[in-house]
Amino acid sequence: MATSNLNNNRPIQNNKFVYFCKKIWSGITYFFYRYRFLWQRIGIALITLALTTILSFVLIRSMPGDIIESYARELAAQRNISIEEATRLAVQILNYDPNENIFVSFGRYLSGLFQGNLGTSMYIDGLTVNEVIAKTLPWTLFVATIALVISFFIGTAIGARMAWKRKGAEEVIASSLIVVTSSIPDYLIGIILLYIFAYQLQLFPTNGAYDIMVAEPGFNFPFIWSCCYHAFLPILAYVIAQIGGWALSMKGSAVGVLGEDYINAARARGIPSRIIRKKYLKRNALLPLITSLALTFALLFGGSPIMESIFNYPGIGQQFSICIGRRDYFMVQGILFFISVVVIFVNLIADSIYSLIDPRIRRSA
Amino acid sequence: MAKNVSTNKFMDFLKQVKNGFISFCKDLPEICKKILIKLKNILFSNKKSIAGFIIIAIFIFIGIFGPLIWPYDPTVVYENKLAYPSWEHPLGTDGIGRDIFRQLVAGTGDVLLIAFYTAAITIVVGVTLGLISGFVGGWLDKCIQIVTNVFLTIPSLPIFLILAALFTVQDAFGLALILSVFNWAGLCRAIRSQVISIKERDYIQICNVMNMSKFHIIFKEVMPNVSSYILINFIVAMKNAITSSVGIMLLGLAAFEPTNWGAILITAKDYGALMLKEGFLWLLSPIACICLFQLGAILLSNGLDETLNPRLRRD
Repeated sequence: MATSNLNNNRPIQNNKFVYFCKKIWSGITYFFYRYRFLWQRIGIALITLALTTILSFVLIRSMPGDIIESYARELAAQRNISIEEATRLAVQILNYDPNENIFVSFGRYLSGLFQGNLGTSMYIDGLTVNEVIAKTLPWTLFVATIALVISFFIGTAIGARMAWKRKGAEEVIASSLIVVTSSIPDYLIGIILLYIFAYQLQLFPTNGAYDIMVAEPGFNFPFIWSCCYHAFLPILAYVIAQIGGWALSMKGSAVGVLGEDYINAARARGIPSRIIRKKYLKRNALLPLITSLALTFALLFGGSPIMESIFNYPGIGQQFSICIGRRDYFMVQGILFFISVVVIFVNLIADSIYSLIDPRIRRSA
Repeated sequence: MAKNVSTNKFMDFLKQVKNGFISFCKDLPEICKKILIKLKNILFSNKKSIAGFIIIAIFIFIGIFGPLIWPYDPTVVYENKLAYPSWEHPLGTDGIGRDIFRQLVAGTGDVLLIAFYTAAITIVVGVTLGLISGFVGGWLDKCIQIVTNVFLTIPSLPIFLILAALFTVQDAFGLALILSVFNWAGLCRAIRSQVISIKERDYIQICNVMNMSKFHIIFKEVMPNVSSYILINFIVAMKNAITSSVGIMLLGLAAFEPTNWGAILITAKDYGALMLKEGFLWLLSPIACICLFQLGAILLSNGLDETLNPRLRRD
């Protein structure tokens, strides 16, 4: 009845309900259409995630030796049970059965992932990947974020200054310093700093994230001070390695901005150069660097295994390299999955933020 | 009928390839001469590239002839351990009395070999896929781009570590294969965008109108435009390969050659050289070698970029 009634109503605009529905529908379609670049990127990120999962699964499947059997034998000896029972238990704990079809076991792995079970250690009883991540992630995030922020601000300031004063002794010194610092990989800077400041001069600690004797975790001054003190050298190493790259990309971007008409117009209007530099040059030149901010974070996060194991810093990277060292494959798989999720997510954010800010990118995508 | 046409086309294509190859072989000496002259002009027109070239040439020279001039003797002499520099041992000795300078010399060839193999594999795969994806377009392009995107986004270092742990690396080529798994993606994307922008230019359109062969268009019209880019990327790929190979070795994986710079460094670190004042040269000299090579590569690539890339040329 109602529908026929609606259809019979000739002037549709008069019917408020249909009008409202149409408006909402067009709004939804417009929303999807307008941000279509975003859906595309999310789709690609999901494909990447799926491929990473498959890759890590295949890598772990292709490792040599029969893990389940050795693990079951250990369990049987530990708990005083028969081998068959221990094997069943091992399959349950590790969520992996070597006799299964590869697709079935992939499905089992996926269902484990969806339940939030990233994996279990083979060597330390009852240690799960989730616990390890919860314990180590804050330290990695702490070091990576602070290093990123400090190097970003110092590097972009140097880069803007280099672009502003293109010729002169200052520029030569800065650019040669940049070439030298960017030629040294960050972990080698770490080793040099560790050797000089931690071991020879003994100004800084050589391992750990805070001093257990002095401070107890919580929001109190000694603990925070101890954290900063322990994180100082890793952060310094990252900052030294990163500044050069930031300065160079900022210089390139700022030189491009300096050639624009609005800078000349501002100069012609008699605006003081301090304000031109701050409000016209820096703000516009920083825009393209936002993407690299997220990408560099992904780089620091993915590169943490080496840096953290050099400084014995209890972050997720050190845990990862320890697990690789003792061939704890399921921990490796879980941590790799987590690192990939973080890196892919950060990359997605980098892409999307830039296209949201700058419409020119959106059109070309 | 239709089949005939397609085989004819295929035969035509084969003929074109064959003719192109024969003419290429005939011109080879001339081309080599031209390339040498061009290289000379390119290399010695810029201060940065001269400095970089000299550094890298010295390393290559040491890598090839060094072991003949300063042969390395791995015998252990405990009385001589952690000696300070002297005429006999220019950089002192390591924890079990072996000469550090000669170790570095013996390792140079290995390091360069890893870097060279990695760069070569990277360039071959990246350029081929980039050219295909730029020229053919369509769904093939989309597939290649998705794969490239995946390889660019996955964190590479953890996967290097897993690969190095899974496949026990025995030689330079194996390590190079592992290192180049992720390196090609960036190059592939860059070559694709270059090819797409070149494809639309007038001279390529004219070639298409004149019905010139694809072989001619790719190798005689497009390649010269991309070749400088490939050369620069070769050097950058070598630099990155050394960085990541040393990183992998620092975690104790894939240290198959004990005189490799990364292996010397990890041996020193495991020995406890960080805590010893005498360990200073043992730790620092491989680091200095790595940094010097990196510096040479950066200078050379920047210098080449400045001379070959007209946008960066300074007035």
